[in-house]
Amino acid sequence: MSTRLAPTITQDTAFFWEGLKTDQLLIQRCEGCGSLRHPPRPMCPQCKSLSWSAIEATGRGTVISYVIPRHPPMPFFDDGYIVALVELDEGVRLVTNLIDISAEDASMGLRVVVRFERFDNDLVLPLFAPENIR
Amino acid sequence: MSDRTLSRKAAIAGIGQTEFSKDSGRSELQLACEAVLAAITDAGLTPSDVDGLVTFTMDTSEEMEVARNVGMTEVSMFSRVHYGGGAAAGTVLQAAMAVATGVADAVVCYRAFNERSGNRFGNMTGRITTLPPWLSWYAPYGLMTPASWVALHAHRYMERYGVTNADFAPIAIVDRTNAATNPGAWFYERPITFEEHQQSRWIIEPVLRLLDCCQESDGGVAVLVTSTERARDLPNPPAVIAAASQGATFDSEMMTSYYRDDLTGLPEMGVVAKRVWSQSGLTPSDISTAFLYDHFTPFVLMQLEELGFCGRGEAKDWATVERLSLGGELPINTSGGLLGEAYIHGMNGITECVRQIRGTSCNQLANVEHALVTSGTGVPTSGLILSTL
Ligand SMILES: [Zn+2]
Repeated sequence: MSTRLAPTITQDTAFFWEGLKTDQLLIQRCEGCGSLRHPPRPMCPQCKSLSWSAIEATGRGTVISYVIPRHPPMPFFDDGYIVALVELDEGVRLVTNLIDISAEDASMGLRVVVRFERFDNDLVLPLFAPENIR
Repeated sequence: MSDRTLSRKAAIAGIGQTEFSKDSGRSELQLACEAVLAAITDAGLTPSDVDGLVTFTMDTSEEMEVARNVGMTEVSMFSRVHYGGGAAAGTVLQAAMAVATGVADAVVCYRAFNERSGNRFGNMTGRITTLPPWLSWYAPYGLMTPASWVALHAHRYMERYGVTNADFAPIAIVDRTNAATNPGAWFYERPITFEEHQQSRWIIEPVLRLLDCCQESDGGVAVLVTSTERARDLPNPPAVIAAASQGATFDSEMMTSYYRDDLTGLPEMGVVAKRVWSQSGLTPSDISTAFLYDHFTPFVLMQLEELGFCGRGEAKDWATVERLSLGGELPINTSGGLLGEAYIHGMNGITECVRQIRGTSCNQLANVEHALVTSGTGVPTSGLILSTL
């Protein structure tokens, strides 16, 4: 098990981090108009509703941007790690790491699927691997 | 223009700064006091003439500490502007509004920090133990520096318009060339070549090399804003505030606005552009020189597009060394900018444009009438147009 900086969890975001512990990638869904949103927030900007529920994402998506941070070295990361912006098939985006792929093979448009990776202190993060790798 | 306009009601009548270094050897409060007093003196005023203070929310020097040190006796207005370097021109906007409405007579805007010898923005690791909620979506994945936040956005722009890292070199070359002839610049007498830019190491691959990233600096800068009427009678030629605006849009975040449909622009700067052009009645062709906030070179290209100097996706071809250099069509960052002179959170861009309006820059251009200043991009931001009387 390795370490990552732990997220600060608020009343608005707790469901997302809790869902990861049972291998569920949850997206907030407005009960008023049905629109999806991420990162979570209390009010729907479309219809102003404060009621929401969470749906489970398929975990599949597309890389729409990525970078390879080289400097300064980050604690908990080996050189060559990839940070990506993934658009889930449901339409919302999240920042993540690409795994099981080398930096040279990362590309925009790459199809990816979620992997729930476990870290110290009960932290689970949704990382993404190329779809065609098992 | 309606008579409710802010345009030309206020002016910058005084500028002050400390030296720019990598280790000031004194407190941030002392830097702030030195810069503020220098701006008041430059305006030909005394601290008791000043009744307003504006700074950044990130600044560590409390307004009342500054007032107590410089000996201000009666203060009617104090305010702070949020969003990092996006605040710079916004401080002048606050001051100009106060002066134009009679809330205050003379307002000093300041920013002072030991950003290199103290808390560095470029390396927060080891300092942060509890993440703020917004950073919790990024830091667990190692996206933890301003360079990386900007690069994830800029890479999408590069992909969309076929831009490569080499296309950012002209910005760095122009900045460093201008710094080379500015004795106050950290990189005085140290210009760079295209080859040096391309050989500098990756900071965030494949977007930012070392020479695409601004410096980290220690120092302080202040400007004094008063009414245009009063500024006429003060010792230095006024830099009249022809326009000032802040800018934010739907789904703006602090450096991580990744959730909007289009990641190929800087919509916050689009708002500033719309407002400053309409407020001033000017167009891009009226601008004699611009300070374009250059924390990271890709966002300078994107600013040129948002401000209307060229079309979407055209900046990589438009932004040539020749066009952006002293004597070119749009000389930028004549002091060397944040890459070449110093990183004082954009406030040193305002002072340089005041010097260009006064005719006292060490890289003085001929016939300067209107100077454009922008603030930090990728965040809710701000901008100014300064003009001759
Ligand atoms: Zn709704």
